[in-house]
Amino acid sequence: MFKDIEIRTSPHLKRAMSVDRIMRTVVLALLPIAAFAVWQFGLSVLLLLLTTTGVAVATEWFFARQSGRGNTVADWSAVISGLLLGLTLPPGFPLWMAAVAAFVAIALGKALFGGLGYNVMNPALVGRAFVQAAFPVAITTWTPAFAPGRFAELIPSTLTLPFMQPIPVADWVAGLHMDGWTGATPLALQKFQHIETPLGDTLTGLIAGSAGETSALLILICGLWLAWQRMLDWRIPASVMAGAVLVATPFWLLDPVLYPSPWFVLCSGGLMLAAWFMASDMVASPVTARGVIVYGLFIGALTVIIRLFGGLPEGVMYAILLGNAIGPLISSWTQPRVYGSK
Amino acid sequence: MQEQTAVLDSSGRFPVEPRSSKGLFSLFQRAPTFDHGIHPLEHKELTADKPIRRLPFAPELIIPLSQHKGKPAIPLVKVGQEVVRGEPIAQADGFVSVPMHAPATGVIRKIGLGPTAEGPKAPAIFLKVYLAAGQQVLYDQEQDPEQMEPEAIIAAVQAAGLVGLGGGAFPSHVKMIPPAGKAIETLVVNGCECEPYLTCDHRIMLEQTESLIRGIRIAMRATGAKRAIIGVEDNKLDAVAHLRARLPQHLPITAEAVQTKYPQGAEKMLIRSLLGLEVPAGHLTSDIGVAVFNVGTLAQMGDLLPKSRGLIERVITVSGLPVERPGNFMVPIGTPVRFLLEQVGVKPNAGGVILGGPMMGMTVASLDVPITKSVSGVVVLEAEDENAARKQVYPCIKCGECLNACPISLNPSMLGELAQARDYVTMSADYHLDQCFECGCCAYVCPSNIPLTQYFRISKAINRKRKQ
Ligand code: SF4
Ligand code: SF4
Repeated sequence: MFKDIEIRTSPHLKRAMSVDRIMRTVVLALLPIAAFAVWQFGLSVLLLLLTTTGVAVATEWFFARQSGRGNTVADWSAVISGLLLGLTLPPGFPLWMAAVAAFVAIALGKALFGGLGYNVMNPALVGRAFVQAAFPVAITTWTPAFAPGRFAELIPSTLTLPFMQPIPVADWVAGLHMDGWTGATPLALQKFQHIETPLGDTLTGLIAGSAGETSALLILICGLWLAWQRMLDWRIPASVMAGAVLVATPFWLLDPVLYPSPWFVLCSGGLMLAAWFMASDMVASPVTARGVIVYGLFIGALTVIIRLFGGLPEGVMYAILLGNAIGPLISSWTQPRVYGSK
Repeated sequence: MQEQTAVLDSSGRFPVEPRSSKGLFSLFQRAPTFDHGIHPLEHKELTADKPIRRLPFAPELIIPLSQHKGKPAIPLVKVGQEVVRGEPIAQADGFVSVPMHAPATGVIRKIGLGPTAEGPKAPAIFLKVYLAAGQQVLYDQEQDPEQMEPEAIIAAVQAAGLVGLGGGAFPSHVKMIPPAGKAIETLVVNGCECEPYLTCDHRIMLEQTESLIRGIRIAMRATGAKRAIIGVEDNKLDAVAHLRARLPQHLPITAEAVQTKYPQGAEKMLIRSLLGLEVPAGHLTSDIGVAVFNVGTLAQMGDLLPKSRGLIERVITVSGLPVERPGNFMVPIGTPVRFLLEQVGVKPNAGGVILGGPMMGMTVASLDVPITKSVSGVVVLEAEDENAARKQVYPCIKCGECLNACPISLNPSMLGELAQARDYVTMSADYHLDQCFECGCCAYVCPSNIPLTQYFRISKAINRKRKQ
């Protein structure tokens, strides 16, 4: 009747959901965003994404082997970090700098803490923050979307030699004869010149910006799909967006010229990508149900405060890193009431 | 059931709003329930429409002397003695203990160590069955529990050897006596059967309705309860309708649907769903004036007490995907699992055998283990290799799923980390480990496949050892 009877411990049933499956699905949800970025900015972005993802995976493999944690590449989390990092960089970001960013993301952002599950902050953002400080020029050099010949030639700065200053792109951009190109992102335009880019452009991504952050609509669709697959806690992006709107609206009502509209706040810069794919990083967000809402509101609100009153046009990265840092604290404040206790 | 008992304000309870929505939302009102919990695949369709059947006797029955919480029973028979089906063969040792009765006519072959589900052998009576003997019980004496004093009923319940048949195995008569200074107001009758696969309670509600109602009346008389509520998960609305049609109108007994959600059948959860009350940590249900009995227990009570008989058989579900002819069976206590599985047939892809349900039951170490009073089912699992890939354990990714699943609202993620750090003291002092009742919800949902429930079982055992 039986070959062997197996001794197991209860529960004997297990939901068919595992870490590698969650991570694979997140990668799948990011692919349309990556594809759109490549279509929009051309070969340079393809190389950029391949570089960040490849270096992230290699770094993960190396450190996991060094620390005897086995082959952790198979859990797909390094692929997510690499892809996300690439999507937040400017399209013409020099590849060698992107490689440094990816290495730092995994080495300092993840391996240092003990690998997946132990990292305090989102690795991709750690890498992004590092290059923001290390390479301030390259990280704010934007190139136009839908440049002619973008599948035939690379943006000149992409192939900057390692440890060299990025090749200037101003002349190259001028040679493209793109009408209305100012070299500034909608966020910078709004902040410094009070020109608000129309909603249609920020939704569809016909603007300057980081490789994968330009089309708010596409990001929203991919994020919603992931939430529908129950692989993403929708309460986090929802509360990030709510927090942003809550802080932005009163200022906009006060002075609609000086301050951005709530929909502009939501659809511009990295907010959408960050809300759906970075703030929602399970490892670095609080574990409690009420905690994730506090965390999301905090990030959304802080992002807008930095945008409106800080020296930088974009603040979502720092807001999330700070949110990650206080995540455990939020968790401990929002422990649920245990059954049968007061 | 929405009316709250006004009398329930004995000390130390925390009333909570009943789980039903009010106002506009009542349009979308579903059956009441508790917080969190999970929805595993039920597989009840395998046996839900299979009426209770009898099987032939196994050639030998093994009756462990300890099938209940409390002291083991003391044998009354000698090796070689002939016994009649229904005759007492062991007596209770003190108040928190119950007697045993011969499940079949036969001869005592041996009194000694026998196999148990847990592994270590324990004292048992081995009964060689006279296979020609009939299944009817001749050993009885009429009495009318409806005319008896509560004390007499409680003594009769103990004499019948009744324990919680839903899996608790706690002697039923002990639960009928509230602690000093407390009174039992409400009898909660547990017909939830929230474990996947199991359908024996469902069949009992449909087929043994008269016995069940008689059992409820006896238990109300014994406990002094002013009302009784039968709680049934809303995947068994046929049972709710069936009961409602037969409940006597003049008695305060009602049948209520509660949401289908595991672990709805846990006492504390069902009390929360039906009454909107919580049992304070470290207290008994009787401290808030509630006694909970399983439908199987009460159906047996209604059957046995009027004839002064003892518990010698019970209904169990034998199911699982590798079982060829799954069903619900009336099985004599002491029937070896091997005999049962031979009767129903098992396909070669069988792996483990669980006594009870798949969420809280345990796998047996040997097929010679007997069915005891509290075993509600035998579930056969498929061999492990089929889902071995799903078993890889990852570090906790702080997804929070376990917090959203724990019906007690514990923090299994944190508890799991503390268990790995062997900090059992903090687990209990700061994170309410002792409130965990090992329901398995956290381990069921964990995408990292961390064996959380097993961690907590071990941690609790270590803490118990330490206290001694
Ligand atoms: S096993 Fe314990 S910790 Fe896990 S869900 Fe059940 S009660 Fe909560
Ligand atoms: S379900 Fe598992 S991975 Fe998720 S928080 Fe709980 S223990 Fe961690």
